[in-house]
Amino acid sequence: MVLAEDDATSEMVLETARKLFSDFEVGAFEAAVANPRDQGAPWLPPLWEAVQQMGFPLALLDEARGGFGLDPLTSLGIVREAARHGLPLPLGETMLANLVLVEAGLNPTEDPAALAGGLDFTRESAGWRVKGVAHAVPWGRHLNALVGCDGAGRIARLTEGWQVEPGQNIAGEPRDRLILDTVVPQAEVVEAGLGAELVQALGALIRAQAIAGALEGILAKTIAYTQERVQFGRPLSKFQVIQHNIAIIATNTAAARAAADMAAATLPRMHNDPEGFRRRVAAAKLRAGEAASLCAPLAHQVHGAIGITREYPLHPLTNRLWAWRDEHGAEVEWADWLGADVLQHGQAAYWLWLADETRSNA
Amino acid sequence: MTAINFAPPPADIGYPELRAEVRAFLKETLDPDYTAVERARSWTGFDADFSRKLGERGWLGMTLPKRYGGHERSGFERYVVLEELLAAGAPVAAHWISDRQSAPTILKFGTEAQRQEILPQIAAGTCFFCIGMSEPDSGSDLAATRTRAEAVEGGFRINGTKLWTTYAHRAHYMILFCRTGPAEDRHGGTSQFLIDLSWPGITISPIIDMAGEHHFNEVAFRDVFVPESALIGKLGEGWSQVTSELAFERSGPERFLSSFTLLSELIGILGMAPGESARRAVGRLTAHLMVLRHMSQSVAGMLERDENPMLQATIVKDLGAILEQEIPEIARTLAAGAPRNADYERFAAVLARTLLAAPAFSLRGGTREILRGIIARGLGLR
Repeated sequence: MVLAEDDATSEMVLETARKLFSDFEVGAFEAAVANPRDQGAPWLPPLWEAVQQMGFPLALLDEARGGFGLDPLTSLGIVREAARHGLPLPLGETMLANLVLVEAGLNPTEDPAALAGGLDFTRESAGWRVKGVAHAVPWGRHLNALVGCDGAGRIARLTEGWQVEPGQNIAGEPRDRLILDTVVPQAEVVEAGLGAELVQALGALIRAQAIAGALEGILAKTIAYTQERVQFGRPLSKFQVIQHNIAIIATNTAAARAAADMAAATLPRMHNDPEGFRRRVAAAKLRAGEAASLCAPLAHQVHGAIGITREYPLHPLTNRLWAWRDEHGAEVEWADWLGADVLQHGQAAYWLWLADETRSNA
Repeated sequence: MTAINFAPPPADIGYPELRAEVRAFLKETLDPDYTAVERARSWTGFDADFSRKLGERGWLGMTLPKRYGGHERSGFERYVVLEELLAAGAPVAAHWISDRQSAPTILKFGTEAQRQEILPQIAAGTCFFCIGMSEPDSGSDLAATRTRAEAVEGGFRINGTKLWTTYAHRAHYMILFCRTGPAEDRHGGTSQFLIDLSWPGITISPIIDMAGEHHFNEVAFRDVFVPESALIGKLGEGWSQVTSELAFERSGPERFLSSFTLLSELIGILGMAPGESARRAVGRLTAHLMVLRHMSQSVAGMLERDENPMLQATIVKDLGAILEQEIPEIARTLAAGAPRNADYERFAAVLARTLLAAPAFSLRGGTREILRGIIARGLGLR
């Protein structure tokens, strides 16, 4: 049966990813805390090489393009697994950049890459001049390829031509300002139907998945800690009030993951059903962000003082949750967009909206 | 276990034709004067005629085998019908328990005679059930049940009292959970019986709730003789039979749609271009509904594949009740200062009804505390 085979392949890919990422977790954490905090998370070349060898940067592509030909749920599950282990890795960004490149008929890359929006494209005799400033580009200083976007649908494949002004988010992940002014050959610029809204939604899609992964990470760490730590003569995990706090983390983690998967399943429809895709991404990013806001403080509460030390590996996850919930649209931004959409359709159409029957192409 | 997966439901759960049929039926069947407050009763509105009409359309006992009067349709088709009924606030309480959990229990554990006698009536919408679980001293602690069935010649003699028995006064049958073995054997010594509520020795007394409504009852059993043929499943297996009911009970669309009428009325009074706080609140609640619906459908898929989604069902119910209880609080905040017109009056009546109903959302079907205990157990903490 084809389905069973697919399921088995998916599970094998995810199991391989889990193994790889857990092998790197301790080393990545030690490298990060060996650095002064204001220098942020260091780049780990062996980690990226291992990820490259596995073919993960091409995971969203079909087999003819060197990809895995898996459903996006599994491919984005790799991003979730990386996030679960707090790894310094622009993997989701690279996977998306490759998806966009290949769909536009351009060559993918196995090097670190990302989408960079809000750029101006002007036609010149030698090609297209791509100019502007891309803000908060993940791991910008380490990227070898960039998918420049003009916000109106056109993309450009760049491998050079930008300056980097370093910055970082509160988890110490590079979020650099890239200043571009370069001419890209005609053949590397394509009308890809990738408007600003779609660029934002794609970013939110991978952040929702990463948030779900980091939440699964804090749930695992919190459970393990409470089973080891003894107070008043019993492990913390045996106290009912602790169990209930962990149950709250677990239910919200499950909801974040379900939300992220709900959106991931609609990725193949991003071009022919952009409204349906964006609504689900909005719900997913909002729900995952809300879970992050609720669960990160609870995980710290349960861990007590040890959890807020630099030597204890909880902060790589909680700090990322606090950073990621604000990237590619915070909860209130997506709520505002979704609410305006719902209210514009009005009360009589509300159930139809929820049942997914009010899209223009539905 | 730290990765709790909700496998995506199949993409074809939509069943657009079935949805359209249910909507057309509701349009022609529900009284044009059926008010928003009645819709807000959600799955607690009782209308025996309505249930019979649903049965005539083939929308009760949908998944039951045809030989028992059922329709052998998928769990997803049933889900679509439930969802449409609840979204319209249709009065589904009469058949709700029988269709949702009594029929599956009888199908799975009942005798052939019980199946043949009862299931066709459930599918026809002419036979209603209540749940005989809680007692005065046995609420969340179901295993503390004291109602006892003693073996006597030809059957059992039952003594004890059941409490919080919703619509016992209008139901024909109860599935009774009671003790048949020693009290020390907390889980082992319990059984389930199919009780005809017209049998002698059964007294049903009303308990009025704080909204002034009569849903709850006390059901007293005084030396009630029941024939051996009333036993459901195996003697002493009551606990495991009862817990298998709960995945059906905890994950359906009724677990996140109880406040749907209020949210819909709120959207009505906010108008099409409201301010930022209204947009954000409605967007947020809508996102939660979308995700819960997705999770609930995912559980429906697991039930359909005969998996055991106990943990996932419990999570849906816990998160669903939180959302259902948040909606009235958010609605009153957003509506403060709205113009006092006819739309507002209707909204205010629905708000009042929902506020009074809301405390029950995290009590019925397993309290929040019990659910979190089940989740903790699922995580290996107990």
